[in-house]
Amino acid sequence: MLSLGELWPPIRLTLELAAITTTLLLIVGTPIAWWLARSKAVWKEAVAAVVALPLVLPPTVLGFYLLIFLGPDGPGGFLASFWGARTLAFTFEGLVIGSVIYSMPFVVQPIRNAFEAFGDRPLEAAATLRASPWDAFFSIALPLARPGIMTGAVLGFAHTVGEFGVVLMIGGNIPGKTKVLSIAIFDYVETLQWTPAHILSAGMLIFSFCVILTMMLLEKRLRRAGI
Amino acid sequence: MTSDAKIAAQFRGQLGAFALDAAFEIPAKGFTALFGPSGCGKTTLLRCAAGLTRLADGYFSLGNEIWQDGKQFRPPYARAVGYVFQEASLFAHMSVRQNLLYGYRRALANESDQHIKFDDVVDLLGVESLLERSPRRLSGGERQRVAVGRALLSQPKLLLMDEPLAGLDRFSKDDILPYFEKLHAALAVPVLYVSHDLAEVEQLADYIVLLEQGRVVAAGPLRDLQCDPGSPLARQPEAAVSLDGKIEAHDAAYGLTRLAVKGGTLLLPELDDVVGTVKRIRVRASDVSLARDAPTGSSIINSLPARVLSSGPNGRHQVNVLIGLGTDGAGARLLSRVTLKSWERLAIEPGSPVQAQIKGVALTSR
Amino acid sequence: MKRIGWLVVFMIACAAAVTGPATAIEINVAVAANFTEAAKEIATAFEKKTGNKVLLSFGSSAQFYTQITQDAPFQVFLSADQERPEKAVAEGFAVADSRFTYAVGKLVLWSRDPKVVTGADTLKQGAFSKIAIANPAAAPYGAAAVETMKALNVYDALQPKIVQGNNIAQTFQFIDTGNAELGFVALSQVIERSEGSRWLVAGNLYSPIKQDAVLLKKGAGNEAAKAFMNFLKGPEAAAIEAKFGYGTPESN
Repeated sequence: MLSLGELWPPIRLTLELAAITTTLLLIVGTPIAWWLARSKAVWKEAVAAVVALPLVLPPTVLGFYLLIFLGPDGPGGFLASFWGARTLAFTFEGLVIGSVIYSMPFVVQPIRNAFEAFGDRPLEAAATLRASPWDAFFSIALPLARPGIMTGAVLGFAHTVGEFGVVLMIGGNIPGKTKVLSIAIFDYVETLQWTPAHILSAGMLIFSFCVILTMMLLEKRLRRAGI
Repeated sequence: MTSDAKIAAQFRGQLGAFALDAAFEIPAKGFTALFGPSGCGKTTLLRCAAGLTRLADGYFSLGNEIWQDGKQFRPPYARAVGYVFQEASLFAHMSVRQNLLYGYRRALANESDQHIKFDDVVDLLGVESLLERSPRRLSGGERQRVAVGRALLSQPKLLLMDEPLAGLDRFSKDDILPYFEKLHAALAVPVLYVSHDLAEVEQLADYIVLLEQGRVVAAGPLRDLQCDPGSPLARQPEAAVSLDGKIEAHDAAYGLTRLAVKGGTLLLPELDDVVGTVKRIRVRASDVSLARDAPTGSSIINSLPARVLSSGPNGRHQVNVLIGLGTDGAGARLLSRVTLKSWERLAIEPGSPVQAQIKGVALTSR
Repeated sequence: MKRIGWLVVFMIACAAAVTGPATAIEINVAVAANFTEAAKEIATAFEKKTGNKVLLSFGSSAQFYTQITQDAPFQVFLSADQERPEKAVAEGFAVADSRFTYAVGKLVLWSRDPKVVTGADTLKQGAFSKIAIANPAAAPYGAAAVETMKALNVYDALQPKIVQGNNIAQTFQFIDTGNAELGFVALSQVIERSEGSRWLVAGNLYSPIKQDAVLLKKGAGNEAAKAFMNFLKGPEAAAIEAKFGYGTPESN
């Protein structure tokens, strides 16, 4: 009765969501982390606080505001109208937007720390060696920040995999589109189907453990290599 | 650049509690030292020249290239400048070779000719055995040599060095100084060298800019400032004059080398270099004594005729005397420090012929 | 010795006097999300009448049921269906014979846009992109919505447009924020709102949503809990329920 075909879609969906969210966050979060690390603007820490909000906001609050934000009353609906839809809620794309906002502090913070750790000197040296700011960023800053970037990627990925509250609020529980692992487990529990709930939950537990273990070993190895 | 091109700099501004108001003009060739006590603004001045620090008011030009003035400011990566920091600051994630080539590659992309070549620099600084190593596994002295090489290979029109020997122990310093001397001889690129160590300066500099509390108090060729009995340099306890002499002959039997300087020859402990090599030597003012007649029985082996050129007081009880070697006094200049009492007793004055006695041990060459 | 004895009696008497014969007991009631507003009014009325305190928790019946099996501290369970109270009794979490139907729910098709819902035709035409229902496996209103759509032969056509809310309250949120143009909610949720457009789904299209209440084992000896259950059966509660669009078992 319980087939892999039934269990696989939420797993696949979750992995897709986490992968896409992490990629986007690395692209978007790295410049933000860079700015936070180097800017001398007086309102810098205010921006940092806004980025870090999802750390303390209950996911339901975030989900609620997202529902309005993504809907016809908000920018999400406006965007969706370009391809004839009314809302970004209940879509995979909407989940990506929600996940990006929700997991951002987990990616931005380690990268910011990594950028701050090496100080101004390497970039000054690069400038005196004819490297333009872009050049110095890619040839010096990014490689030196690599451990932090990896930590951020791992944390962002793991955090998105575990996301529940936000998806519950804006997902609409559509199989194959927004029914991610955490929602599927919740559903099974609600409808008293303990067996698949156990299988999926145990799987998530093992996965999370492996992720954290890997991250810690990696960090240790990188630190020993002196980076 | 033509041989009489100049570097002109003027920087004025506030950096925290420190105020800099310095201006100087120096030749765009050879080694120029920025000398002064700690905290006098030497490093700030150097950073301004590189464009790393930007003060309220700044002007810098190299030959006919204006790097910054009231209207424009060329950022550091657009200035053909090489910079050696006090702590080597090599890129930790790259090997020595990659560090060396970092600026080289980028300079290549911009200009067509590279006069400073990789192999030459590696040779000059003796870093061949270090090329594949990680910066983490180099000693302090090795790191600085790589840093200099890296700066050189970026084809700079001006090399800036910020107390590169300050962080090194005595052995490392003695180790590197010969390389810097070689640089001095080999480079066509002008060097601006910050230091608070007078001996270092005298060993390497052709031109010197003296700084005190953010202001330039004197600037000129090293010899001139050294030989000016009234200049701050002459009043230092370690005051000395630097001379360039060419090796004429070696005397293996007595372990001596004969060095020809303008106006005379000097004997010093045997040097390794071949005949014909030009060496720079330092003669401390306190090691030069004066006599009216040539003494006959003295253990001092260097006794040369000279003429008094000028004098200046050194404190209350000493006098700095400037002498020129040779009977006409037109040869190399030396400083002699004598007591006031001796000065008056000898009754010599500018123009008087004297015999300069230079203690053999005083002629040190590193 | 004797004096201590009198002291003890005196203290007990004081304690008894302070607490009083009609002690204010607190009861925890789990209430199905669709009955939220009605439950609040009924509870207030009950508190005024008896001086007992009623702590209401709202959520999906399925969620409550799971919690009850895991020893949640509820004394009374007002479910949205009959199945879960039956199960509770069968599995020993509730007091047998205490189960009764406290309300009959009415299904309504609602949109916040006054032009959208006209009647059964709206479903047949399907001129919308998203329709919200409560999760049918977890909430009876969701199951009733599916029944309705199947009865009208539009379920297959509409299935790709269905979005599910975890419970009826969330379903309502989807429609109220405009993310779904329309959806199936409980009449009680929209009865006090005049805007939008609605269609009271004909009773023959879905099995009646009989909502049962049951006294849980944790409330077995609790006088206030029993009193509350009785109050639910009484005329005041019936009047409140009618106000919120619920039928009573007799009237249906």
